[in-house]
Amino acid sequence: MKRLSPWLMLAVVLGYVFLYGPILSLVVYSFNASKLVTVWGGFSTKWYAALLENDKLLDAAFLSLRISVVSATGAVLLGTLSAIALVRFGRFRGRFLFSAMTTAPLVMPEVITGLSMLLLFVSLQHAIGWPDGRSPLTIAIAHITFATAYVSVVVQARLAQMDRSLEEAALDLGARPLRAFLTVTLPLIAPSLIAGWLLAFTLSLDDLVVASFVSGPGSSTLPMVVFSSVRLGLSPEVNALATILLATVAIAAIAAGVLANRNRKT
Amino acid sequence: MRARTSIASGLGRRLVVGTPFFWLVVFFLAPFAIVFGISLSRSRFGVPPYEPLWQNGALAARLDNYAFLLDDPLYLTALLNSLEIAALSAAICLVLGYPIALGVARAPKSWRAPLLLAVILPFWTSFLIRVYAWTGLLKKEGLINDALIWLGLAAEPIQMLQTDFAVHLGIVYSYLPFMVLPLYASLERQDMSLLEAASDLGARPWRAFLTITLPLSLPGALAGFLLVFIPAVGEFVIPELLGDAGTAMIGKVLWTEFFNNRDWPLAAALAITVLTLIVAPLAWLEHLRLKRSEASQ
Repeated sequence: MKRLSPWLMLAVVLGYVFLYGPILSLVVYSFNASKLVTVWGGFSTKWYAALLENDKLLDAAFLSLRISVVSATGAVLLGTLSAIALVRFGRFRGRFLFSAMTTAPLVMPEVITGLSMLLLFVSLQHAIGWPDGRSPLTIAIAHITFATAYVSVVVQARLAQMDRSLEEAALDLGARPLRAFLTVTLPLIAPSLIAGWLLAFTLSLDDLVVASFVSGPGSSTLPMVVFSSVRLGLSPEVNALATILLATVAIAAIAAGVLANRNRKT
Repeated sequence: MRARTSIASGLGRRLVVGTPFFWLVVFFLAPFAIVFGISLSRSRFGVPPYEPLWQNGALAARLDNYAFLLDDPLYLTALLNSLEIAALSAAICLVLGYPIALGVARAPKSWRAPLLLAVILPFWTSFLIRVYAWTGLLKKEGLINDALIWLGLAAEPIQMLQTDFAVHLGIVYSYLPFMVLPLYASLERQDMSLLEAASDLGARPWRAFLTITLPLSLPGALAGFLLVFIPAVGEFVIPELLGDAGTAMIGKVLWTEFFNNRDWPLAAALAITVLTLIVAPLAWLEHLRLKRSEASQ
């Protein structure tokens, strides 16, 4: 094994500085006592205290978490079904349309997704009286719709790699298809379902554009509240929020890495 | 051997296909028909803020909104501007991402997974907050200007925020992981014995790179380019937070028509135009690329 050339090593190091520098600047300034975000006024945790008292932000965070859990769960259900259909069912009527509908959300600009969902909800309400106005429910429906595509891609990859002989053995031994799926296939593709759930959860938690279109009065999600406070200028509370978010993601990633490592060893 | 072709049959099969199919038809496909319908309508004050297409038993469709889009150069400029910004940003991502991907792919094996994880990790944190982080760095009294002045590289603060430069930077920063991942995948798969053969036959490292590594990684580069280009074209958050009022990107223009001007039919016409001129060709391109990469595997 040849050693990594110094130029490549430099490129990698600079790349990580570029990726992490801006994020770390937020972490540093979240402990800044000065209200002027870019002037250092000594160490302080007062923005974290302010964050805890900011009801608007906390309510939005709680609402966003609830929507994300619902959306991720719905997207995993629909995405897994669509992945099974696309990978396992061979040809079926409407396959091309089906496949196009599961990949199109991936290339759709968010503003168009948001606008089309909103116009659908408005027309539906006009025609059949449902949904009754825009609410967390309409946000969740919109999120399930675009996140399904992402889950489907993740699960499809796993299904295509999976060793099918185990499933066939179960079927040959007389297991009903549903039972074979639940006892053999599902445990084998479970890691991709978890990965898909986390991806859908993150996409939903992070979505500003689609939610802005389909949310109603009183259902502002966390990104919407952050966006409106950021648009008014720099706000140190957002730095504190960013730091908490980063710490959570970092801990989760390290935990996942440790778990994956342990599984490989046993 | 019927069981071998699929795991479900009959009713189960119909449920597996039917449930997501129904959902996507209702919530993904049908909306576009509605958007098209509303794009033919006229805006009005009221709820909803557009006239119904059926009036007094006759179809009241008109192409006024499309004519307006053609008439006002703002929209064409915004469209071309978005394509240009997205293409340039994707190209910069390629230039910056290539050495990173190559470095990770050629690192000792046990290092690769954690190094790659570190590239992806920022993606799992909030996109909005990562873009916002740059506002603190780029503004006149921000860190970068302070550093430039302290180093004597600038006499006075440079206007960086609210420029096209900041928009490009924001896109490159946000989407760099999308470039590194496919590049890494294609670089890591490469057969190292080809490079050894080249060096045994006396090729200089640069020449081996240009004749072997680079051509073999082109599919990864194309995938990365599209993965950056596609979301960047319709980007709203980055031009809104980092660009100035004049930065006309199509996503931002559509947002403004809808939220600020409250012209739903015009926004719908714009959406249909972008869909046919940009999204449909891109989706087709992506479809062809995936088909080819499936065929080559």
